[in-house]
Amino acid sequence: MKKIYTVLVENRSGVLSKVAGLFARRGFNIDSLAVGETDDPGVSVMTIVSSGDERTLEQIEKQLNKKLDVIKIKTYHEEESISRELMLLKVKYTKSNRKDIMETVDAMKADIVDMSKNQMLIQICDRPDRTAMLIKLLNEISITEIARTGTLALPKCDN
Amino acid sequence: MNGADAMAKCLELENVKVVYGYPGVAIANFFDRLGNTGIRQVLVRTEQNAGHMASGYARTLGEVGVCAVTSGPGATNLLTGIATAYADSIPLVCISGQVESDLIGSDGFQEADVTGAAESFVKYSYLVKDVNDIPRVFKEAFYIANTGRRGPVLIDVPIDVQKAEIKNFQYPEEVSLRTYKPTVKGHVQQIKKAVSELKKAKRPLICAGGGIFLAGAKDELISFVTKHDIPLVHTMMGIGVLPTDHELNYGMVGNNGTVSANKAMQESDVIIMIGARVADRAVANPDTVLDNKVLVHIDVDPAEIGKNVGPAIPIVGDAKSILQDLVDTDFEIDTGKWREYLKQYRSIRERVRVSDKYVDPVAFVALLSMAMDDRSIYVADVGQNQIWSCRNANIRTGGRFYTSGGMGTMGYAIPAAIGAKMADEKRQVVAVCGDGGFQMSMMEFATMKEEGVDIKVVVLKNNYLGLVREYQHYSLNDRYEMVKLGTYPRLSDLARAYDIDYYLADGMEGLEEKIKDFLSAKNQAIMEVTVDANDTVK
Repeated sequence: MKKIYTVLVENRSGVLSKVAGLFARRGFNIDSLAVGETDDPGVSVMTIVSSGDERTLEQIEKQLNKKLDVIKIKTYHEEESISRELMLLKVKYTKSNRKDIMETVDAMKADIVDMSKNQMLIQICDRPDRTAMLIKLLNEISITEIARTGTLALPKCDN
Repeated sequence: MNGADAMAKCLELENVKVVYGYPGVAIANFFDRLGNTGIRQVLVRTEQNAGHMASGYARTLGEVGVCAVTSGPGATNLLTGIATAYADSIPLVCISGQVESDLIGSDGFQEADVTGAAESFVKYSYLVKDVNDIPRVFKEAFYIANTGRRGPVLIDVPIDVQKAEIKNFQYPEEVSLRTYKPTVKGHVQQIKKAVSELKKAKRPLICAGGGIFLAGAKDELISFVTKHDIPLVHTMMGIGVLPTDHELNYGMVGNNGTVSANKAMQESDVIIMIGARVADRAVANPDTVLDNKVLVHIDVDPAEIGKNVGPAIPIVGDAKSILQDLVDTDFEIDTGKWREYLKQYRSIRERVRVSDKYVDPVAFVALLSMAMDDRSIYVADVGQNQIWSCRNANIRTGGRFYTSGGMGTMGYAIPAAIGAKMADEKRQVVAVCGDGGFQMSMMEFATMKEEGVDIKVVVLKNNYLGLVREYQHYSLNDRYEMVKLGTYPRLSDLARAYDIDYYLADGMEGLEEKIKDFLSAKNQAIMEVTVDANDTVK
């Protein structure tokens, strides 16, 4: 089971290591982790995706709540949220596969944001399963570098 | 007023009476200014024991224990003391000196990232970067340590911050932390649910842990169990919540516990667990043990509920407040048959071996504890001595039993006993160690003498690391690797070196008299008890 935790924390030095350390020490998984400031400069938001059985997922929330730098936690399942990941990929191309790559990029609603004679930089901002799909498709060609944000998510709007 | 003055002032305002510690250049300024206050400074012989002494002190008074050490090795030596306190939820404020702020991160002399190193076993930690933060940080630290689930808080103060002038010292009256608001009152609806389960119960049981002492909830617990005659079992940390011989006390649970307690756990239909964390040594397979029963779990730390055992009816809050609510709720249950049934297992006692060469540890612990004052404090170390003590010490009304339960830190007993005695000099305090744990802490005899603290120390001496040897006996084909301590040091000579009275018990004959003499010695005293290395706790 996967769960998404939106964790508001005090923007102090060492907080990221405390939270990450908690996951390491208790053997919780981090599938992805993204950190950024909020509208309040004193508060940062961490978006953590984790997987495990129900007891583990509940423990994660409780243990996070025990941390004195944690202000508030919201949790939700994948289907209750809108989640996005931004990814940049660099691929090597040749004349023969150039068209294939461009078609794939097009089909996946990704963009080519930089290009040289034999390299392309592709950007995609999409659901995590779709970014994973793009990796799979392009892997057959030749990805040389990847940078990605990890999953960002917010719960869907009220009806 | 500089930072060091401010730190000392904060401790005064928190009504701290004793600081255990060890200086170094990075904390000397603080001790210098602490000397201007009436606070007693106790120089230990190694930093770990400053933590244990503060722990014994805190457990005796229910107040925060305080220790202070220097940067680098001073701080890392203290880590075991901090972790030991954390595992048993003992409130400590630990102060460490740190290298100059500018040097932090440069691997300077005696620099260690102690807040980083201690992160997983402190309740919270501070690295003070601005001298003006000192009053707020100290106020918060004491509040965090001794509210909610108790625990150690670390304050790391760079040397330049200790020396810097503080503009306006104002000690906050209140703590305002948006991220920390421990629950005290139990949820009314949840308490009702628990009571309705209890009403239906045929075989109700209370399992009490160390949280009872931490919450100061002993009286409320006794009122509750005696009001309804509910049988009680306890964890190792819960020894003494009811007197050992109380008719409702069925003993300690767990793989080192009593037959009656474990039977009661297995066969009960409603268990009320209070201030106990259901750790592996207490309940080996929590989920199977709790088949077909209703579990009501009362804990101040919501994360304990459902961590090792579940599902349960959770009641989050302070044990004292919740037990008072339970006492105030009127209902009737009849536990007569259930108690009658459990009684048959109560009489199962451990065997006592009679030998003229050795002292039987089971008999010894029973005799020792019976000869101690009712309001005495029995501090057990870790190992076989601890298990024998847990199972056979007789703790009466007002008596206490301390040990390092969660962390199992060898060498805890002597320093913790010293701290306990300093907290309440009227109480008799006895430390019981094996020869392994004793040698990890015997340097504190010097502290004990210099400070004039009168404790009695028992060494159950079998020349081996007994509990590991026992494991090797049962599980590693009697290959006794790395466990032979041998006969040194000669305790009689050691006692002379420290001007301590020495007693030897090397057989069962006249043992009771010897124990009486030992306990009534005017001076600090050590009793060497010759135990057969083949004696086991199993």
